[in-house]
Amino acid sequence: MSEIPKNLKYSKDHEWVEINDNVATVGITLHAAESLGDIVYVDVDSIDKNLNQFDKFGEIESVKAVSDLFVPISGKVIEINEALLNNPEFVNEDCYDKGWIIKLEINETKDLDELLDSEEYEKII
Amino acid sequence: MINKEQPLLMDQSKKGRKAINLPGFGVPETKLPDSKFLRKEIDLPEVAQLDLIRYFTNLSSLNYSIDTNFYPLGSCTMKYNPKVNEQIAGINGFASSHPNQLDENIQGNLEIMHDLQNELGEITGLPAVSLAPLAGAQGEYAGLLIAREYHIQNNQGNRNIALIPDSAHGTNPASASMAGLKAVTIKTTKEGDIDLEDLKANVNENISVLMLTLPSTLGLFEPNILEITKIVHDNGGLVYADGANLNALLGITKFGELGVDICHSNLHKTFSTPHGGGGPGSGPVMVAKFLEKYLPYPHIKKEGEKFLQYKPEFSVGRLNGFYGSFGILVRAYAYIRSLGSEGLREISENAIINANYIQERLKNHYELTSSRRCMHETVLSASKQKEDGVKAIDIAKKLLDEGFHAPTMYFPLIVEEALMIEPTESESKETIDRFISSMIKISELSKTNPKEITNAPLNLPVERLDEAQAARNPVLTWEKQ
Amino acid sequence: MNNSPYIPSTDSDQKEMLETIGAKSFKDLLNDVPEKKLLPDLKLKEALSEQELVAFFELMANKNFASSAMSSYMGGGAYNHYIPSTVKSMIQRGEFLTSYTPYQPEASQGTLQVGFEFQSMIAQLFDMEVCNAGMYDGPTALAEAALMACRIKRNNTIVVHSSISNKSLEVIKAYSKWQNIKIINYDDINNEDDSSEYGCLLVQSPNQYGEIEDVEKLANEIHAKNGLIVQHTYPISLGLLKPPGQLNVDIATAEGQPLGVPVSFGGPFIGLLTCKKEFIRQLPGRIIGQTVDKNNKISYALTLQTREQHIRRESATSNICTSTQLIGLMVAVYLATMGPNGIKTIAETCYHRAHHLASELDKMDNFKILSNNFFNEFIVESKVDIAKVNNILFENHIEGGLDVSDKDCKKIMFAVTELNTPELIRKTIEILGENLD
Repeated sequence: MSEIPKNLKYSKDHEWVEINDNVATVGITLHAAESLGDIVYVDVDSIDKNLNQFDKFGEIESVKAVSDLFVPISGKVIEINEALLNNPEFVNEDCYDKGWIIKLEINETKDLDELLDSEEYEKII
Repeated sequence: MINKEQPLLMDQSKKGRKAINLPGFGVPETKLPDSKFLRKEIDLPEVAQLDLIRYFTNLSSLNYSIDTNFYPLGSCTMKYNPKVNEQIAGINGFASSHPNQLDENIQGNLEIMHDLQNELGEITGLPAVSLAPLAGAQGEYAGLLIAREYHIQNNQGNRNIALIPDSAHGTNPASASMAGLKAVTIKTTKEGDIDLEDLKANVNENISVLMLTLPSTLGLFEPNILEITKIVHDNGGLVYADGANLNALLGITKFGELGVDICHSNLHKTFSTPHGGGGPGSGPVMVAKFLEKYLPYPHIKKEGEKFLQYKPEFSVGRLNGFYGSFGILVRAYAYIRSLGSEGLREISENAIINANYIQERLKNHYELTSSRRCMHETVLSASKQKEDGVKAIDIAKKLLDEGFHAPTMYFPLIVEEALMIEPTESESKETIDRFISSMIKISELSKTNPKEITNAPLNLPVERLDEAQAARNPVLTWEKQ
Repeated sequence: MNNSPYIPSTDSDQKEMLETIGAKSFKDLLNDVPEKKLLPDLKLKEALSEQELVAFFELMANKNFASSAMSSYMGGGAYNHYIPSTVKSMIQRGEFLTSYTPYQPEASQGTLQVGFEFQSMIAQLFDMEVCNAGMYDGPTALAEAALMACRIKRNNTIVVHSSISNKSLEVIKAYSKWQNIKIINYDDINNEDDSSEYGCLLVQSPNQYGEIEDVEKLANEIHAKNGLIVQHTYPISLGLLKPPGQLNVDIATAEGQPLGVPVSFGGPFIGLLTCKKEFIRQLPGRIIGQTVDKNNKISYALTLQTREQHIRRESATSNICTSTQLIGLMVAVYLATMGPNGIKTIAETCYHRAHHLASELDKMDNFKILSNNFFNEFIVESKVDIAKVNNILFENHIEGGLDVSDKDCKKIMFAVTELNTPELIRKTIEILGENLD
């Protein structure tokens, strides 16, 4: 069983989030990446938008499937990982680091209470 | 295996080669349009005629096809495409017939269409028929447009929901979306039957249609069909049947007698017109008499001894440039005329027997999705084999090595590692037995030597493709090397 | 007893299979079907043997006006062009004819590579970056292109130029009816102060009456209003005329039938749909891509499938599934047979012969040419009823043109192609010159 990073928080939809001051970095978990298969395209059309927790922020496509992406925490989408445009396979290769998808500017962290820690996430997969 | 790699035409091209000679103008030349409208050069391959023929002929030999291989692609009804139908469609009076002619000059064509309308109406029990839709998906769309128009004419324009079982083919919700209907999913049981409680919970005054596939996408007949159609009708909705699986029902039962109001049929499935590598198809829509005035136009009617085209009073509109896929309609009509009532019933009878035979002989090797008798197709699950690391896709690829086209895989979505097998009535018992032997062999191999399956195919012109690369870096046209 | 050559099972085969299944009779397999709805009477016409079948259809075909494609001036969206022997021979190959959608690419490299050639050659003919594997027909391709443009621009207004044929407009309306689309006429927006934005402008060139439009000018206009331009064209004309890719066009469509497909009373045809590469994820229909197999051998597969209904379902770019692959094969063989010089020659032949006929008719008292700057289709004003004109031609085994009269004016539209020989044109001029006084 692969390592689920302990420093991250997780949503039931298999997104992870890492908080650094008022910036949250979001991606999908290894479980999600493995279920989808080889990622071919990541589509985020919510740059500069203010989103509520669990709003849809984009879509991720593999060869045979497409999945909606939901923000695990409220905030404003301030950055998209441009590297994924030419290298969507980064999500398969390293989903917790170079495969990050968006960064959000956040105001508050009480949304984190709705999320799971690494042990709780491991239970649901 | 002879290397059949074929370089693309542009890579074979050599300046000065030609594959045809053309006549001269033969008339005085007229000044060309202003140069701002004119093209300077065209980039197309230049090849000699033999090289062209050899190229396409060799490409054809890279295909599996019904003419060469057993093709049990579930829900696609890969039956024999009779050669006589090709010959008939090619008769000059049809092939050279221009669609903009006046009705009086095309009575033969209109008569064929009118008679086909009647025959399809009789087969489905839904007598008002439009031959306009150019494929099943377009037939579905037409059916939904008809349902919407009907409700509007009855001051029920608020009806904007389509109830669709979770086992449905993707075109169903896609067509619903195009028709501006919200697709609400109805749960089905493990065996793909409509969950009656879930249906009752979701019917209300906003439903436009229930979209059903009959037999279901699991190849089973809906045992509660009469109750289901009654529930929908009692709530003011209409029932739409996706007729993709009609090959199970010819002379067995009629949609119109089961409470269905609208259906479509795929002529390139049930009625033997050739699949062509992905079309052309034809998807006539059949409706109950009270919906005839909504049919797409042109519709064909008979007045006295003359056949005419006309636009029904509340027609949902024009779906294509002309009458429909006429060359395909001719083939389908020829097929129906070559069989007649008894012949068509025998088609379904044998399609059903063949599928049940396969199901029975494989039930100890693959997990069945139901213990009931199937109709014209059976859905197996490769869940047992998955435990040994062999998935449906691997079994499919190994079957290719065995000389069979694979069944439909991963559909319906509600079955894990689904393999949908539809033999059709066209196949002999010997062919079916060979297929069954291969399936049993693969099941045994998955325990003893799974790698032989996961590495398949090994006997084909190419091995497994990198489909991720195709999608990540799409190369969709020839590029200079 | 099975009485059909299409059903191999004999009585003993059936008996063996039923025994294996454990059913006493076929009826035992139908327990899920409501008893009173089971095995209804089908009252179809009586079955015919193969010989009788062919005779029946020959009889039907003879009830049509017996013209040949070579002596017809009929146009209006479908055109009689010469179909090379190479095309006819290739589509009879069962390996192409009787295969299906390439869900197993390893067993379908024939279909896939042909499809890739089709995409490539149409893209070359149109000088556009990308082409899909084909749509149902010209008008539906145009309708889907308009919807595609609206999705890309997130703007649901379609502006329709007068050049678009009425039939195509009807199809666009049927496709867009429930998509919250607004359709407006180009003439209603031609206002320089207008700062509104639009999803797309649809223009047809050569237009529904055969005339060449200034597409580039219209492209610049709609781009200034943040909309896309969609050009619907006539593929044979691209042998002579500047193709959409050189006119700043974003999406280009056409009816592909003139490229080696018989008129066949209106179908099966093929819709051509091309666009700029940046729009590929919004393209409907099948798309074939090049890749490699695990031994690095070049091969082909359906790609970008997540746009399609079998994956995206209600969010798909279109509901299209089965399309027109075999017709694409015909077009690919046609273009490969013609080559760049052939397609240019055909286009020029159509142009010169059409203009010759037009100028000869113009010399006659009864006729006046109304069209300017046309390719191979033109409108003639007539002093004589069009029915009379066509009847005279009819009596001489010539299929006349389309009656496009309106309440003010008797008009006939002629389409002239390379199939209309110089002798036929001479004869036509003679007949119409002598018989309409």
